[in-house]
Amino acid sequence: MTTQRLTPAPPEGAWLGIPPFPKAVKTELENSTQRKNLRHATGTIRAKRAVRASEVHNWEELRTAGEQIKNRVGRHLDHYLEQAEAAMTAAGVHVHWARDGKEANEIVTRIAKEKAVDEVVKIKSMVTQETDLNEHLERNGIAAWETDLAELIVQLGHDLPSHILVPAIHRNRSEVRDIFTAEMGQYGKAAPEGISDDPPELTAAARAHLREKFLRAKMAVSGGNFIVAETGTLVIVESEGNGRMCLTLPETLVSVVGIEKIVPTFQDLEVFLKLLPRSSTGERMNPYTSMWTGVREGDGPQELHVVLVDNGRTDVLADPQGRAALRCIRCSACLNICPVYERAGGHAYGSPYPGPIGAILNPQLRGITSKVDQALPFASTLCGACNEVCPVRIPFTDILVQQRHRVATKKTSKHPTIEQGLMKAAGWVMGDGKHLASVQQGSKLAGRVFGKKWIGPMPVPLVDRWTQARDVEPPPTETFRDWWKRERGDR
Amino acid sequence: MTQSTITKTERAPGAGIRVALFATCITDTMKPSVPIATVKLLERLGCTVVFPKSQTCCGQIMANTGYFKETVSTVKNFVRSFGDEEYVVAPSGSCVASVRHQHEMIAEHAGDKELAADASSTAKRTYDISEFLVDVLGVTDVGAWFPHKVAYHPSCHGKRFIHLGDRPLQLLQAVGGLQLVDLPGADQCCGFGGTFSLKNSDMSVAMASDKARNVIDSGAEYVVGGDHACLMNIAGVLHRQRSGVKTIHLAEILASTQEEGAR
Repeated sequence: MTTQRLTPAPPEGAWLGIPPFPKAVKTELENSTQRKNLRHATGTIRAKRAVRASEVHNWEELRTAGEQIKNRVGRHLDHYLEQAEAAMTAAGVHVHWARDGKEANEIVTRIAKEKAVDEVVKIKSMVTQETDLNEHLERNGIAAWETDLAELIVQLGHDLPSHILVPAIHRNRSEVRDIFTAEMGQYGKAAPEGISDDPPELTAAARAHLREKFLRAKMAVSGGNFIVAETGTLVIVESEGNGRMCLTLPETLVSVVGIEKIVPTFQDLEVFLKLLPRSSTGERMNPYTSMWTGVREGDGPQELHVVLVDNGRTDVLADPQGRAALRCIRCSACLNICPVYERAGGHAYGSPYPGPIGAILNPQLRGITSKVDQALPFASTLCGACNEVCPVRIPFTDILVQQRHRVATKKTSKHPTIEQGLMKAAGWVMGDGKHLASVQQGSKLAGRVFGKKWIGPMPVPLVDRWTQARDVEPPPTETFRDWWKRERGDR
Repeated sequence: MTQSTITKTERAPGAGIRVALFATCITDTMKPSVPIATVKLLERLGCTVVFPKSQTCCGQIMANTGYFKETVSTVKNFVRSFGDEEYVVAPSGSCVASVRHQHEMIAEHAGDKELAADASSTAKRTYDISEFLVDVLGVTDVGAWFPHKVAYHPSCHGKRFIHLGDRPLQLLQAVGGLQLVDLPGADQCCGFGGTFSLKNSDMSVAMASDKARNVIDSGAEYVVGGDHACLMNIAGVLHRQRSGVKTIHLAEILASTQEEGAR
């Protein structure tokens, strides 16, 4: 590139540079530092969540309440969105509608240009990750500074987030020290000379680096955890206070929010403010909860914009099975419990939404045209651990299977595939006991060939994927069916 | 009633109960010792066991790979084989989970309302062996003898989809001579996942290796589970590593007595 970038460049190709899950995983599995970091971090949060959930005597009822409130929102989304728009407008908020990510990015950029700013401070936001807002702003000469500590680590590290809640979960503190030392000075206040990897020292460096930006910025961009339809109140739940800074200091605040983030009434928040922190950070209460309803003269931003983003959400809503994924409140409990995520990390999912929620949401939001999105529903063993921790009871495994069906149907729509042929054959074999018995002649023959010797590595395509790491017990020369006939006759 | 007849009735909680064994395609074909043990155990407890020969499979390998249409014949065959039975018992939490959780959906998807109703009704009468023993027969001590150090791996579908809970542990704790040891990370998936093990083979191996390491660390001689597919995955790694630790199905332990050993 010839032009000087304003902010640290993301890795080459960013999300689009990542291959489909099975291939991406190969590289991730070999990163032993990352695996250690992930095992430690997910294990810790997982255990905390379990304790915090067990403290609430009516936790299971709360989960059901969360599920039902979100289902109601989905059923009457048009109504609640208009109600929210009217309430926000009445409170002095400029409400914008964005059909897709491109429109959302253009709206934010236009506002920034109208305000003649060349930088914005950002509160961690998933939807702007989804729309790749930072790079859009960069191309328009506007620097977007991430102010969440982990997002800062990711941005300064020329990296991509790998977790919804803790985007730098794949980094340990000595890696963070190296990133701060090398990068901070190029984009603002440098890290102190000879800084150690002691967390208080690292956070102090981040604090000083960010403080400069908070005090200077004229515009902030946020996401939003909830919008209360009846009052038009925006809610952000956070841990570090950087959000509070962004929400109160700059003159202009633009909040980019997915249309599914609505809750009908203020009282509905009580359910989610209890479910969310316990499910995500494993805390009883998150340190900072910001709620704001329109503009207050002499207090906080004097110009408020809310960009309501669809970007595929109405497509998800149209799918009777898949729509449950829109209940997601981005807590990350499904990531932390997932044995596949724990070993792969977030990047392998090729999206800011990794883990089980990414495996069901991305193919629905983005469609299943790419190999990446076609592979995601298969990035799970269907172990069901995610189903059990989800605070809004998303039936992950059911949706995964439905999405697999969607992918299989698409792949076989033009011409038959080998996999489909195998499945059809299996359907025939399993359609009748006689068919299975005849196929078992083959396994019995194999049993005679191998005798009692376990089968080692076999350089046969597909078979080698199993035998690369596992021996196989030889098949028996007598099936159960045969034994039954011999021992019990025709009973 | 004399003392001995009381003991005899206590030993035969399954007297008068007819059980249709669903052997499952994988153990029927690859591991007959598991359904054989299930038969011997149920007969020892007084049940009359039948084996409907038309039976095959639960169909989850097709359904979970996304091929719903290709699963219909299997669901039909399951209903044909077991639809009239009062108790269908399988030595597999996963296959029972598929019957209960997927058969009706597959039939609905094919637009076959009659099959959906039959599948739903048959599913309600289908049990995993540990459920059948604890809930239907009301026994935890089945008179088994297995003098070994054993770690229990709770397979995911049994644990999370049909909520077996501590039933398998209750049964194991009552086994004579058996020493149950803790399995670190027990509730983590072994990485099998059906076609996952082929489509995401590297991840599957990573998970299976961690499971095998935990099994070895537990100090157990045997790792016991309720699903042969998971055990086959774990055994594959344990054998490749020449660890000397064996896998065994819950039914095999419960079937073994002081007179007749397992396998």
